[in-house]
Amino acid sequence: MNILLEAFQQSFDLVFNFDKDLFEILFLSLRVSLVSLLLSCLIGLPLGTILAIKNFWFRDSILIIFNTMMGLPPVVVGLIVYIIISRSGPLGWMGILYTPTAMIIAQMILIIPIIVSLSAQIIEEIQLEYKNLFKSLVISSQDAVKAYLFDARYSILTVMLAGFGRAISEVGAVIIVGGNIDHLTRVMTTSIALETSKGNLSLALALGIILLLIALTVNFLLIRLKITAKRRSYV
Amino acid sequence: MCNIKFIDELKISPIEIVNLSTKINNNLILDNISFEILDKSITAILGPNGAGKSVLLQTINGLVPILKGKITFNSEETSEVIRKKQAMVFQTPTLLRRSVLDNMEFINKINKETNISDAKILLKKVGLDDFYNHPARLLSGGEKQRLSLARALLLKPKLLLLDEPTTNLDPYSLKLIEDLILEESIKGTSIILTTHDMAQAKRLASNIIFINKGKVLEQTEAKVFFRKPVTNEARKYLAGEILL
Repeated sequence: MNILLEAFQQSFDLVFNFDKDLFEILFLSLRVSLVSLLLSCLIGLPLGTILAIKNFWFRDSILIIFNTMMGLPPVVVGLIVYIIISRSGPLGWMGILYTPTAMIIAQMILIIPIIVSLSAQIIEEIQLEYKNLFKSLVISSQDAVKAYLFDARYSILTVMLAGFGRAISEVGAVIIVGGNIDHLTRVMTTSIALETSKGNLSLALALGIILLLIALTVNFLLIRLKITAKRRSYV
Repeated sequence: MCNIKFIDELKISPIEIVNLSTKINNNLILDNISFEILDKSITAILGPNGAGKSVLLQTINGLVPILKGKITFNSEETSEVIRKKQAMVFQTPTLLRRSVLDNMEFINKINKETNISDAKILLKKVGLDDFYNHPARLLSGGEKQRLSLARALLLKPKLLLLDEPTTNLDPYSLKLIEDLILEESIKGTSIILTTHDMAQAKRLASNIIFINKGKVLEQTEAKVFFRKPVTNEARKYLAGEILL
């Protein structure tokens, strides 16, 4: 019980004393997660849209692969990315191992399947609903896709928040490819792992509380979005 | 500009359906049917459930591919230009996940000839002028159907296809929709509607096409059809008997 109280006290102190190290770690966590989310959306949303609206013979197989990849163990992703970008790996010449770029790549591999699978599901549903109307209106497929994406905006936002939740709370992959280097690749989750291994449980817990608050905020936004969308019958 | 003028002046009726057959999921739905829809007429397609009425409308609208035969619009085969002069109201209205006014605005973006004031005039006509910002999918059944009709009319169609437009509607919505159909017909729009409401068919239609099991059994003037149907099936249908 004492350790919990101590952890709460410490997390308050860290936040309200604007602890430089903490905020550096926090900002790096947010930067890595947001950049990987943005890049994942740039790749995942068009891919999800194509899978939803185009019918080609291996479409279902691709969807099954992405659905399976949603449950990828982060450590396995970290290990694969590590092998690829390590000095002896095929992309070793890029020299990005133990950099935030490597962490972004690893997180993208974890987020893209979520964005692809869920957005494909959402857009397919809306496409089936609008199909006959749009065909009757003789609208171009480009305008139809714009309408699908616009009308699915609330659902897509919730998918993005789910992707962000996965990224910000992930530790296995970023610790392998980032190396948890102080002032360079140390993020919230890797700091928690480090402090725990050092036996500094109250600091680890304090960081955990801050991380939980971020996750809580994301989930709160997610629920608010869902409620608003449902109330307006936009989902 | 020239192109817009051309589309606006385009005449798409009379509509001739010649030896038309369509299949859905390998089932023959329309079986070698032929008939003609007169220019500026209101034609009611009658027939029991599963006769092929909705599929017939959808085939005319280009939603269901033709297996055999042809449909001509003022002697022209269907094209994108001709299809753009048609508007269809579905039995179950498909409304965009947007507000009532945004559903109309979507049509304005497609049909560059109309604007927001046309949309508002039509919404007033269908009694939805107090619902501009209301989510379309939260409207009642009757309101949804009225919005669906207003959206179709915003396209300024030359041919209006209505698939059971007043099923399960209250008398207010029914009268509003029927009045709009008659008004549209007076303006010169050809209208084809399917209905199970015989009184409605009598009130609105100038011509009747009676179909059963994918075949046209009768095509005649409405007053003739209701006074003296020729086929045994039509007599049974009007008497409310089951058609086997």
